[in-house]
Amino acid sequence: MSKYAPLGGSLITRTTVIAGTLVAIMAGLVLYRFVFGLGAVTHMSNGYPWGLWIVYDVMIGTAFACGGYAMALVVYVFNKGEYHPLVRPALLASMFGYTLGGVSVIFDIGRYWNAWHLVTPGYANPTSVMLEVALCIMAYVLVMWIEFTPVFAEKWANAETKRKINKVLFVFIAVGVLLPTMHQSSLGGMMVAYGYWIHPLWQTDLVPLLYLISALAMGYSIVVFEATLVTSVYKRPSEGHLLASISTYILWLLVAYLVIRWADIAVQGKLGLVATSGRLSVMFLLENLLLGLPVLLLAGAARRAKAQIQFISAVCMLAGAGLYRIDGYLVAYNRPGWHYFPSLGEVMVTVGIIAFEVLAYIVFVKRLPVLHAAASPKDNQRAPHLAATTNK
Amino acid sequence: MGLSRRNFLKGAAAGGAVAACAATATAPADARENKALPPKAVGLLYDSTLCVGCKACVVACREANGTHPEFSADEKLWDSPLDISGYTLNVIKVYADGTADHKDQEKDGFAFVKKSCMHCVDPSCVSVCPVSAMQKDPETGIVRHDPSACIGCRYCVAACPFGVPRFSWDTPFPRIRKCELCSPRQAEGKIPACAEVCPTGATLFGPVAALRDEAGRRQGLAAGQVTTFARKTVGSSDVHEKAIPTYVPHIYGSTEMGGTQLLMLAGVPFEKLGYPPLRDRSYAAESETIQESLYKGMVGPVVLLGGLLYAVHKHTKNDHEED
Ligand code: SF4
Ligand code: SF4
Ligand code: SF4
Repeated sequence: MSKYAPLGGSLITRTTVIAGTLVAIMAGLVLYRFVFGLGAVTHMSNGYPWGLWIVYDVMIGTAFACGGYAMALVVYVFNKGEYHPLVRPALLASMFGYTLGGVSVIFDIGRYWNAWHLVTPGYANPTSVMLEVALCIMAYVLVMWIEFTPVFAEKWANAETKRKINKVLFVFIAVGVLLPTMHQSSLGGMMVAYGYWIHPLWQTDLVPLLYLISALAMGYSIVVFEATLVTSVYKRPSEGHLLASISTYILWLLVAYLVIRWADIAVQGKLGLVATSGRLSVMFLLENLLLGLPVLLLAGAARRAKAQIQFISAVCMLAGAGLYRIDGYLVAYNRPGWHYFPSLGEVMVTVGIIAFEVLAYIVFVKRLPVLHAAASPKDNQRAPHLAATTNK
Repeated sequence: MGLSRRNFLKGAAAGGAVAACAATATAPADARENKALPPKAVGLLYDSTLCVGCKACVVACREANGTHPEFSADEKLWDSPLDISGYTLNVIKVYADGTADHKDQEKDGFAFVKKSCMHCVDPSCVSVCPVSAMQKDPETGIVRHDPSACIGCRYCVAACPFGVPRFSWDTPFPRIRKCELCSPRQAEGKIPACAEVCPTGATLFGPVAALRDEAGRRQGLAAGQVTTFARKTVGSSDVHEKAIPTYVPHIYGSTEMGGTQLLMLAGVPFEKLGYPPLRDRSYAAESETIQESLYKGMVGPVVLLGGLLYAVHKHTKNDHEED
């Protein structure tokens, strides 16, 4: 008897129809981009050559997709078996987040027909942080789909195949922890080469560390966020006690992040800039407010046990760390004489990508053994043909 | 509660490992130095005070690179690029203040300035390009771009401290363009087109060492003293005579970002001309220092992977038997 089971239920719901429509709009815009060029759809320019697609879909999207990484770290590295029920859904969301981040890079790069150069040693430039990021992300996407094979196997494979898969799986799980450690830090590291274009409050040699810590915290936050949503939307019993201890990780990661961020600014004598940078001061403080609030909210054990507090903290954390990335690469990136604000087309493509993730997530949890079975007996009754497959 | 505190301690231990990584990243001991000027480096010396704003070099640059004119007004009366772009590799811009009556004067004056690739000694564009489409010639130091390698990611566009590489946004088959110091012409024994056509020698071609000497010579002379200025190539016999202007006491490109192979002299502060003061240490060196200390020989990642393999294997053993 598998520990996991599909939720079952119809795939045609209001949510999936809306998501499908948004995906269709995205497809149209992407087609337009490939026919008429990047300038026809986006507001990117030679002053702001990276826009929403890179900063949201890649920088933020993959950090939002760190749930699988964050959960693998506690469950498999620190051996906290009690979190097992959260691993698969987290891995699923990560798989989609990263895969679509990778896909959106193909929309974004201008000379996509040369993209294979990234994996061709003759072209490799070892000093390029972007190359490391690109290779790590590609490898990680592959590793995640492999890590997810037991789910497909449970549905379709025989016992012998399943046993074989499980035997080698640990290698992929380990690599699946190494790769995000490398590329999530390097996503920040790419900023160092930008030098003085980026405001000193964001430009620091410690940016890889800040990106890594905040990506982990985003990973745990997204787990809390998704688990809370799934619990309420699909009326499943709460995993609140698990989420409370996960919230502890968020708390301490945030404390570490804030201490490093502020100490670094203080040591470099840049504290004055916090108050004197005008619009950027506002953005900086807003960021820190969003990241500081969860620390206050989660500090007490009693408060931490409350589902609303967990949820609000996770949302603040995600917003704050997302803003940190937007600020660093777009708002605090200052090219005199140039301006950037994403076009409607850019926004709709990004929205379409998110919609696609939601859609795929719903299809997967309804049709594949992703969520913990013990919690969903009534769904199985509703879909007896699916319940049967889980009884292997 | 006790449990979660233990969890935290373990997490903190892991965090400590990460912090250690970051600490080595910033340790100055293994910092990558700025790169050195190649022995046979060639470049340009642009003297803003000699430039008459005729833009012959802009036209010559188009011809040499096969780019089409760009228009900044609705009536397409003349080639009028406002800036370098995906189709324009070289422009002459003008600085104007107040009444703009006097040449090379900061107040109520005006000055011309050239914008094209600086051919940095330690170029960011080369350091960041993931597919080696930007390359610095080890002999001449010319920074070239190979569109057949480029994936169009625009990291070079974003990272170049002088904002030089430009992308063509209006086509489904875009490319990066930037000045390559007329490498193809140089291969035929010719000098860069912009230096070739410059009537006053404001844009002067030659070995970087000689250009530095020439810039130093001009700055060493007293304002008002009449001297000779070469055209086309430094030290050429094609010269004209003119009085030394009042120079800003700095050769732009002598130190900025570890030095550049396009050097500049001017009569108004460089910042007003769009060339801000920049520190000596190149951002390429800073970025690569971090990368190298984290990934040198891949020792760090391999050690980390070893630890992860051990831990994950140990902690998933029971899962295998259960499933
Ligand atoms: S000015 Fe920019 S494009 Fe030119 S060599 Fe330097 S970094 Fe590269
Ligand atoms: S746009 Fe082309 S040349 Fe520039 S960094 Fe990307 S691949 Fe390299
Ligand atoms: S060296 Fe050649 S490509 Fe560069 S600005 Fe001069 S004419 Fe243009």
